[in-house]
Amino acid sequence: MEVLQLLISGMANGCVYGLVALGFVLIYKATEAVNFAQGDFMMLGAFVTLGLVNPEFMGLNFWVALPIVFVIMGVFGYLLDLVVLRALFGQNQVAVIILTIALGFILRFVAGLIWGHEPLSLHSPLALGDLRMGTLVLGMADVAIIIVTFLLTLFLWQFFQRTKVGLAMQAASQNQMAAYYMGIPVKRVQGFVWALAGIVAAIAGILYASKGAIDPNAGFIGIKAFAAAVIGGFGSLPGALMGGLIVGIIEPFAARYLPAGWSQIAPYALLIGVLLFRPHGLFAQVRVKKV
Amino acid sequence: MSLLTLDNVTLRFGGLTAVNRLSMTVDEGEVFALVGPNGAGKSTVFNLISRFYTPVEGRITFDGTDLLRLAPDEVPSLGIARTFQNIELFDQATVLDNLLVGRHRHRRTTLVEQMLHLPSVRREERAHREAVEEVIDFLDLQPYRNKRIAGLPYGVRKVVEMGRALASKPRLLLLDEPASGLSVEETQNMRWWIDDIRRQMGITVLMVEHDMGLVSKVCDRVLALADGAKLAEGTPQEVQNHPAVIEAYLGTGDAA
Repeated sequence: MEVLQLLISGMANGCVYGLVALGFVLIYKATEAVNFAQGDFMMLGAFVTLGLVNPEFMGLNFWVALPIVFVIMGVFGYLLDLVVLRALFGQNQVAVIILTIALGFILRFVAGLIWGHEPLSLHSPLALGDLRMGTLVLGMADVAIIIVTFLLTLFLWQFFQRTKVGLAMQAASQNQMAAYYMGIPVKRVQGFVWALAGIVAAIAGILYASKGAIDPNAGFIGIKAFAAAVIGGFGSLPGALMGGLIVGIIEPFAARYLPAGWSQIAPYALLIGVLLFRPHGLFAQVRVKKV
Repeated sequence: MSLLTLDNVTLRFGGLTAVNRLSMTVDEGEVFALVGPNGAGKSTVFNLISRFYTPVEGRITFDGTDLLRLAPDEVPSLGIARTFQNIELFDQATVLDNLLVGRHRHRRTTLVEQMLHLPSVRREERAHREAVEEVIDFLDLQPYRNKRIAGLPYGVRKVVEMGRALASKPRLLLLDEPASGLSVEETQNMRWWIDDIRRQMGITVLMVEHDMGLVSKVCDRVLALADGAKLAEGTPQEVQNHPAVIEAYLGTGDAA
């Protein structure tokens, strides 16, 4: 029973890592750049929701606020690409990486200014209640997180494998110029994926905030999520989710069964192991050579 | 009748005039070559046609449509496809997937249909696969169908890039140095393919090429450029023997 309990709470945490990792992979698949502010996007998404929903701010109904949050975060991602990232169009991807690190600092600062540095909790309908089965206690939030994450991953995966826009994104990431002359509006496609990353971050933020309090530094789970994305194989959407789950599940088990302190380093020890033995990640999309 | 028309086109980069009052027409169904020494502006003309650059003066029209009003990604929808001097493929994808990207402009189903993978999408996908298989057969790419570009030899990549352009079923094909870096045998194949592209597929070809042997075998007309301006225009024979062309390539006799 205890194992099952640890497994489920680990999965729920892992799903949040997985969702942030999905954001990393989305941007990477479509632009070959890494958005190190993805964790801070998540934090921002959570705070925007909190600002709309919590009674001390605007006090809207959660379900009314939800589409507004998606629009705000989508527009935020799109404008970020349009105004800031497009200025770096065609530049080395390292420039984008540095820029997103700086962006993370700005977002944490701005969020602190608006919502303060004290942890706040979101009035989320997902945060209410437990599900009891015998001695097993499942938080409703945990169950909701797991379900939403799996559905979202399925959706995004289908989007990238099956749709014209999704395939165009992958083409644009490999060769912008060639994509242009195949009739792919590269800039618009990239704006679209940044909007999508904003929305995915909002979903991650809402789920994260439904489990506990948030503060402007919540975005630092992006580091763990980055490890998750690498473990899963950067560039693979299901890999990102699996990487997130692995990291999420390792933590409570290491905390329970290993000496103190191990749970903090376990994800990174795993990361190093993966880089040593399977450098493309556990679920890499590097194809086996057919002869 | 003329398919592509450049009318008095000028392009400058700062003080350098890359293309200088160039006028030319490419007729439907012909194979037309741009020749000239390095830096003459041949590839720049290609980049003007595919809207990578915007001229400071002049007009470019394709079958009556003003090309200068279009964005680069809208050019393929008119039926203009191109290859690049340095090969621009999707290196991490297979030959088949690269060719399928060539079909991008022909995809008609909607996002929702695609997400649900409805029968209409599957039908369309099958049609695209058939179109791509035709190109694979035409260019003898069968052995490479499922190979990734990154591992393929230069000559094969060159052919794949042409295949991707052909997969889009263009009316005008722009080939930027199709024979550069190819072996004698590969150049020979390229010659037959260009002939067949015109004869069997009815595609008009505009190419930049240094190999005058290839140019004189496959081209109807040739335009020689130097310093961005037209030197001579005519049949390959006429252009090769034109005094201005000989001078541009070899320098004047008295300088030596």
